[in-house]
Amino acid sequence: MTDQDGAGPEWFHREHGGKVPKGEDSRPPNQAITGMWTKCDGCSEFLRNEDLEENLQVCPQCSHHHRVAAHVRLEAIVDDGTLEERDLDLTSTDPLGFVDSKPYPQRLASAIAKTRENSAFIYGLATINGRQVAIGTFNFAFMGGSMWSVLGEKVTRLFELSLEQNCPAIIINASGGARMQEGVLSLMQMARSTAALARIRDAGIPYISVLTHPTTGGVAASFAMLGDVHLAEPLALIGFAGPRVIEQTIRQVLPEGFQRSEFLSEHGMIDQIVDRRELRSRITTILSLLLD
Amino acid sequence: MAGFVLEFERHIVELEETIERLRALPTTSGVSVEDQIAELERKATELRRKTFADLTPYQRAQISRHPRRPFTLDYVRELMEDWQELKGDRNYMDDPAIVTGLARFAGRNVVIVGHQKGRTTKENMHRNFGMPRPEGYRKALRIMSLAERFGRPIITFIDTPGAYPGIGAEERGQAEAIAKNILVMSKLRVPIISIVIGEGGSGGALAIGVANRVLMLENAIYSVISPEACASILWRDSTKGALAADALRFTAPDCLKVGAADEVIPEPLGGAHRGSDVTISAVGETLKRHLDELSELGPDALRDDRYARFRKLGAMTTAPAHA
Ligand SMILES: [Zn+2]
Repeated sequence: MTDQDGAGPEWFHREHGGKVPKGEDSRPPNQAITGMWTKCDGCSEFLRNEDLEENLQVCPQCSHHHRVAAHVRLEAIVDDGTLEERDLDLTSTDPLGFVDSKPYPQRLASAIAKTRENSAFIYGLATINGRQVAIGTFNFAFMGGSMWSVLGEKVTRLFELSLEQNCPAIIINASGGARMQEGVLSLMQMARSTAALARIRDAGIPYISVLTHPTTGGVAASFAMLGDVHLAEPLALIGFAGPRVIEQTIRQVLPEGFQRSEFLSEHGMIDQIVDRRELRSRITTILSLLLD
Repeated sequence: MAGFVLEFERHIVELEETIERLRALPTTSGVSVEDQIAELERKATELRRKTFADLTPYQRAQISRHPRRPFTLDYVRELMEDWQELKGDRNYMDDPAIVTGLARFAGRNVVIVGHQKGRTTKENMHRNFGMPRPEGYRKALRIMSLAERFGRPIITFIDTPGAYPGIGAEERGQAEAIAKNILVMSKLRVPIISIVIGEGGSGGALAIGVANRVLMLENAIYSVISPEACASILWRDSTKGALAADALRFTAPDCLKVGAADEVIPEPLGGAHRGSDVTISAVGETLKRHLDELSELGPDALRDDRYARFRKLGAMTTAPAHA
């Protein structure tokens, strides 16, 4: 593990222990195996890639949710061709001049080259079943969806857009936590994005938070956990501290299923666990029930 | 006290102990001892000046965690009158890692919220080393909402390694508790002033830190991650804390530079742990000045001022889109 490119919060992610699905590039990890067939991380069956793609990387046999590319996910939720993406060109200025084994700008450059995106978050206006929404999704492949200035700015602008257009806000979360390379500024993003969310709440605009694997750290401890409705994908790791940190602190082995969607559901933190393939219809119905 | 001496101040403490020993000698020893003491005192001052003029970030982190620094309740005891502690989140328990209550400060009725560490092992067990569980944050939320209903300014003292990472804390929604505080604080229509008095440990600190003014003591730190944890992730070696500390830029002057802090309150030479009284009164004076300024603003203006303060925190630019 000498090359840490694309890591960042995946370092947190790794620190969480080996229980989370692998895969740190924009493809679902299992597709690296062969060109045509993919071994399912859930049931170990060999699946045709075409079938997986058709099912948004959900196993047609066992419903295991593999990682899906950000644009694919977004386009599966919104009406075809309606997404007007915003702020594609925002990027960091390396405010701290951060260097560990590599300078931060170099890490950013490799993340950009690898994901062909400028940031860990894409958002814009779109319609879902004809209804306008401000919608955004994390791109986990980009340095683990870590919280940084650009992400904080984009999430803030998403909420401001929702307020300006008086339309619902939807965020599909996936983040390993803070981006250490931006230090305390990374932390401050929790406050500025959440303050913007407070404004749409006061304006009576609904916000749906979709929690996917993994949603931890600063993102969990801010707008991800503040939805009017929380939908989670099955078996997603969701929590404040990562499992490894907790194990090191309490020196105990964690119970089976700890911090997974089902566990959070039992503890009252999630409204529904939803199959990725049903997200679009579920969101459509919930928004209609709230607003029509 | 020997256990509380930081490595880099050991030579100062040793010198001070020598001076004490000389002072304790019977006066019959004559003039030469007096001269010796004066000489050593001069040396000690010089040494203090040299050591503390140029602290490394990691040394500051160590000072920020020093058990002899004033803690929240020390400030309350020295600066506040009629302190009435209020306890419990009304749902599950009282979390002693956060103290909350009503008090009078410089002629004003205020509401206090602060992390509370312990000095002894027993105290620290009770206070959980200043690491709150969700109930601590929910208690803080209850008291801050009370403050708004009665139009009282809120003063928060930040001093925590972070929110507690435990099974129960996760089961009872640590992330949600922190998130909710940030949300509600951003909307409150009363003045909020936060002072980082020691360790500003990540989300666990920010959960009581969404303020109109964020002040930091000179040797306090405010960081997204502890230098040791950062080192174990980025350098794969938790003993490389000093390297991580340099990179993270969490000192008060650095936080001031990026706007995370609004003012740095100087500590006496040798740090707050070697001059509690001076530190506490400096905090009191600064607090009063900011409170006076914020009292000029109306309820909506206070909320909008806080929004604007956090809205501009970030460092970004537009760049050509990816190839
Ligand atoms: Zn399967």
